[in-house]
Amino acid sequence: MELISSLLESVWSLLGAASWLVEPLLKIVFVLAILLGFAPILTWAERRQSAMMQDRVGPYKAGFPMPAFVMDAVPKAALGALAVSVITGVTGIGCFLAMVLFHMADEVLFPFTYGTTFFLCLVLSPAHYVAYKILPTLFEDNRLTVYGLLHPAADALKAFWKEDFIPPRGDKLLFALAPMIAVFPAFATFAVIPFGPTVYWEHLFQPLPDGGDLGVSSVLQVASINVGILYMFAIAGTGIVGAAIAGYSSDNKYALLGGLRAASQMVSYEVTLGLSLVGCFMVYDTLLLSDMVTWQIDHVWGILVQPLAFVLFFVASIAEYKRVPFDVPEGESEIVAGYFLEYSSGKWLIFMTGEFVEVVVSSALIATVFLGGYDVPFLTPHGWEAFGWRFDLAASDVALLREFHVISDVLNSHIAVVLAQIGAFLVKMAALCWLSLQVRWTMPRFRYDQVMQLCWKIMLPASLLNVLVTGILILFFQEL
Amino acid sequence: MAYKIQKPARTLAVQSYIVEATKGLMFTGQRFFHNTFSPAETSKIATIRYPEETREYPERFRGVHRLTHRTDGSPRCVACLCCSTACPAQCIYIEPAEYGPEDARAGYERYPKVFVIDELRCIFCGFCVEACPCDAIRMDTGYHVPASSDREDFIFDKDTLMSIPARDGTYVTGNPRHEPGDPTHPGVSRLQKH
Repeated sequence: MELISSLLESVWSLLGAASWLVEPLLKIVFVLAILLGFAPILTWAERRQSAMMQDRVGPYKAGFPMPAFVMDAVPKAALGALAVSVITGVTGIGCFLAMVLFHMADEVLFPFTYGTTFFLCLVLSPAHYVAYKILPTLFEDNRLTVYGLLHPAADALKAFWKEDFIPPRGDKLLFALAPMIAVFPAFATFAVIPFGPTVYWEHLFQPLPDGGDLGVSSVLQVASINVGILYMFAIAGTGIVGAAIAGYSSDNKYALLGGLRAASQMVSYEVTLGLSLVGCFMVYDTLLLSDMVTWQIDHVWGILVQPLAFVLFFVASIAEYKRVPFDVPEGESEIVAGYFLEYSSGKWLIFMTGEFVEVVVSSALIATVFLGGYDVPFLTPHGWEAFGWRFDLAASDVALLREFHVISDVLNSHIAVVLAQIGAFLVKMAALCWLSLQVRWTMPRFRYDQVMQLCWKIMLPASLLNVLVTGILILFFQEL
Repeated sequence: MAYKIQKPARTLAVQSYIVEATKGLMFTGQRFFHNTFSPAETSKIATIRYPEETREYPERFRGVHRLTHRTDGSPRCVACLCCSTACPAQCIYIEPAEYGPEDARAGYERYPKVFVIDELRCIFCGFCVEACPCDAIRMDTGYHVPASSDREDFIFDKDTLMSIPARDGTYVTGNPRHEPGDPTHPGVSRLQKH
């Protein structure tokens, strides 16, 4: 522990001068990794999920051919993993018994103790058991297929080998620019979304103390701008330009129609998108996404105080990223493929990636505003607490439980809390992505006039009503 | 004259869309979780992973041809040319030949020296099987012609056709044959006039 903290200290002092640059860069890399990691997984999930709900197998074929000796080694490796799992499991149980019988649970965590070994085994044993279960299923028919997860890679490779067609009488510059304009806001909006709590680097391996000077800290958010969510709407608004320009520069009437539809639809739903969040601003009393999460941690998740806003925002965000049932801009049965009709190869790929990145970003935004962001119920910055009772075995009345304080020490340590909260954020995001894919494969496409009617005649009044009711309720509760 | 179209009545749940959409989501979600997480026996997956997994063809499926064997392993075919005559696609070519004088069948029946079926030309109508008086050609292999990128691979000669077994792996059919010399043999011959 001494070693690690001194190592961290030296790294920080080394980066000290440049930390204003390095820290955001690291965060940007992490965010890009999330987005670019989720996008291919979503392309896979969309096909696999739709297949599964339509009683089909779905994509499974793409894979690397494996030589025979690898295929022969797989069952042996799986058996090895099982052996490791059993050995670590037995060791873990032994350590646990030793902790009980000999009162050997030590306070220090990181030197070699029964407690440490127990925790190590607690992780290693299930991990190896999972590996034993999963390893043989990764290979099919002498290929490494990973449940079809290699299909996005194969598709991308295929797309790049196709002809990069540029309409001869289209606007060549705008045609090349449009996909980039369309995809940029999707990436940029993630900058203001907090994906984890504040990290205090000097307290990683202990429960976070109350108050006082906590030393060097980092906010897990690329940029904390005080206009907060307004920045998001401003940037997202530029996405319209990408679709419209793509339709305009393609020199194709269908593409132009698609671009116009995309522009009008996105502009319309932008209004509802913004207004449905006004109620949330009023309740949270802030525009900062990180403060919204803090409010939700202190009180309740936003979906409970603003249920109508949640529904409105979810629907409007589907319309905003132009997916079924709001995919009139690319309605195949009417205008072939809409605004990216003339696009092929890498440029088309950028459009598709942008679409999935938008799904991820809007899921992240919904998770942040309505589902508590990185909040895990009963997990405070200082550890696990529920209804005034703190999960701290060291302070327990029972002598036997005090022996196991190492368990609560680990679970309450700052790094465990941070990791759990980042994990919770990713899980919420993934669940919402799953839901939006499910919606995409369940609903039929709306007619164009229905899309406009839904926006201006139903959702806009409903969001205004939501603002009104929220205001009345807030005043009412203030009076109490 | 204008007339009023009777539109089907809608309940509030249908009209509000949200209820019905939620129902639909629950249905598709149910199907998704059922098919994803239940074991293969109970899942409702209807498709198969084709080239690796295959379904058995129906019993009366007309598959690739085979020439049936006699008990001694020679072809049952007597080169009567009925099949090639019946064939509407003219994909069967037979060169008949006489058995040697030492053979008991000499003068009684012929054998196909060359028996070729062009499987690309064949339309799998089954007329050859119907026409055959000797039960010598059959399409009960339960297997389609294997794919190839080479046209030559679809010209099936006598040896190839005789190497293809029936669905149960046998080469001899259930129909008994009466060879010259058998007590059941009628003992007629083209040479020995009767």
